[in-house]
Amino acid sequence: MSGIILWWIGEKDPDAGTLEQVRARLERAFKVPARLRTDPARPSAWDPRRRQHNSTQILHWLGQAAPALGLEQGVRLLGVTDQDLFIPILTFVFGEAQLGGPAAVVSTARLQDETGTLGERLLLERWVKEAAHELGHAYGLIHCATPRCVMARSSSLREVDVKSWEFCRDCRARLDGARPDGE
Amino acid sequence: MGNEKTRILVVDDEEIVRESLSGWLLEDGYTVLTAPDGPAAVERLLAEPWSALLVDLKMPGMDGLQVLEEARKRQPDAAVVIMTAYATVDTAVSAMKLGAYDYLVKPFDPEELSLMMQKIVAQQALLRENAVLRKALKREYRFRDLVSKSSAMQAVFELARVAARANSTILVLGESGTGKEVMARAIHAESPRAEGPFVAVSCAALTESLLESELFGHEKGAFTGAVARRKGNFEAASGGTLFLDEVGDITPKLQLELLRVLEERKFQRVGGTEPIEVDVRIIAATNRDLKKAVSEGKFREDLFYRLNVIPVILPPLRERREDLPLLVESLLEQLAIELKRPIDGISNEAMAAVMVHDWPGNVRELRNVLERGAVVCSGSRLQLADLGMGAAAGQPASSASSAVVPASLEEVERRHIGAVLEHTGGNVSQAARILGIDRVTLYSKMKKYDLRRPGDPDAGA
Repeated sequence: MSGIILWWIGEKDPDAGTLEQVRARLERAFKVPARLRTDPARPSAWDPRRRQHNSTQILHWLGQAAPALGLEQGVRLLGVTDQDLFIPILTFVFGEAQLGGPAAVVSTARLQDETGTLGERLLLERWVKEAAHELGHAYGLIHCATPRCVMARSSSLREVDVKSWEFCRDCRARLDGARPDGE
Repeated sequence: MGNEKTRILVVDDEEIVRESLSGWLLEDGYTVLTAPDGPAAVERLLAEPWSALLVDLKMPGMDGLQVLEEARKRQPDAAVVIMTAYATVDTAVSAMKLGAYDYLVKPFDPEELSLMMQKIVAQQALLRENAVLRKALKREYRFRDLVSKSSAMQAVFELARVAARANSTILVLGESGTGKEVMARAIHAESPRAEGPFVAVSCAALTESLLESELFGHEKGAFTGAVARRKGNFEAASGGTLFLDEVGDITPKLQLELLRVLEERKFQRVGGTEPIEVDVRIIAATNRDLKKAVSEGKFREDLFYRLNVIPVILPPLRERREDLPLLVESLLEQLAIELKRPIDGISNEAMAAVMVHDWPGNVRELRNVLERGAVVCSGSRLQLADLGMGAAAGQPASSASSAVVPASLEEVERRHIGAVLEHTGGNVSQAARILGIDRVTLYSKMKKYDLRRPGDPDAGA
């Protein structure tokens, strides 16, 4: 079955209720079946110098895992972690995706505020937005200039909060066109 | 995102950095290519246009500052951002002094990189818009191959446009090199005779008998060597325009013959008896003072009046200095095509020298200087040394209108700053850029020399 697979690859135990809500929202956003994967395997992408996890290495790991999982073509695998991610050139990233590729990863580490007392609803909103954003890249979408579109670039929490979790009309059209099987 | 027009070159010896940064930029829809070292970056600079370069400072061999220098020379409009893992004030200052757009310390804060890219895109859009506007403006300032924004020349263009539509004889007056033949060709091209021939003859270059034969042709056996009948310029120009350059130099005999053609619209070939009807429009030109020649008895008064039906007077270049930047740009565009060389413009220093030179040889001299510069320059931007203006560079040449008298260095500085301020219409920032000094220094010098901007109270005092 094609669609989206949401795989918790974080270190702490996931909140099953939150994961389920994210899954359901992604299913609505992408109009394809989304399911949760529970597997204890974890990538090894820790960089002791940066004291962060290398998101590009996680993507490679997910990319290699995809065929091993017997996933059919068109399935997108989204790794979700609670660990802080980086790419070599940036201090951090909320997530990373293979543009038009099978894998994406998103982190919740920077979606919390400094005190960790953020309301659950806002945290869920941010999580869904960044997950949808990275999956959008995996479906071949690039950043969008419409500030409310979920594909708008967000380099800060302020920018995450400005956008909605939905696609603008143009990105929606591109997304629908990007799914050859018309899912 | 509509960013595909923004072309970015990432230059870094570390593959992981190249991949990581280009991946990030690709998500924004930019067109991104990478180069692993300085020489590869220079190759790409020579091959394609770039909006921005993100260049690592420390690379083996050619370092980031050297790439920056090459980029400034070859593609001055491209924004160059220096990336460094070792931020020091010295490196930042060096990079900015060499014209870097900005510098970033690795790893970058994503928001900082994002904002910087947005600024670069906005700046590049402005540059593109500027280029479009300049093109539109240039069309306004253009009369065929002639360009000028000076009010005097604009009036000349207007007169020439009107005159072109009539069939009247036109006398183009102007110093040597002001573009008299170019004007004649432009009038022809704008006239109802544009489809007909344009025949140019230099009256000063030939002896009387040769010019006579050249203009009117000859019959077989008209003189020794006339082995066959030959048509002259009047016949060759039939249905079109005959341009008689340096008409002030023709002999009294030819003056009379020319007068007859103009009056009767007929002539005879040398050695011939049969009158031949002519259908040509005459445009004559001279750099001589024909009125004076008439008063001295050297030029026929009746011919003068026949030729001087519509006088078109081209002002010398020194009287329309405001045209120099436009002319430089236009001539360099032509030269780039003729010489098949990528030429983007000239340095501020070189332009300052062009602005103060008196150009006694007018546009022709300017073209020659620029052609030399275009041939010898190593980059795409002409430098002062390329122009080979020698002692004249930065110094006004002597002429009737601005005789050079020995002056102190301060006096020369005062005059030069005044001239540059006049050129910029009083825009101090622009003047400071041309002079290569900061605005504060310029203001203090203006105060010192009591220089005011045009339009200031008591300006021009």
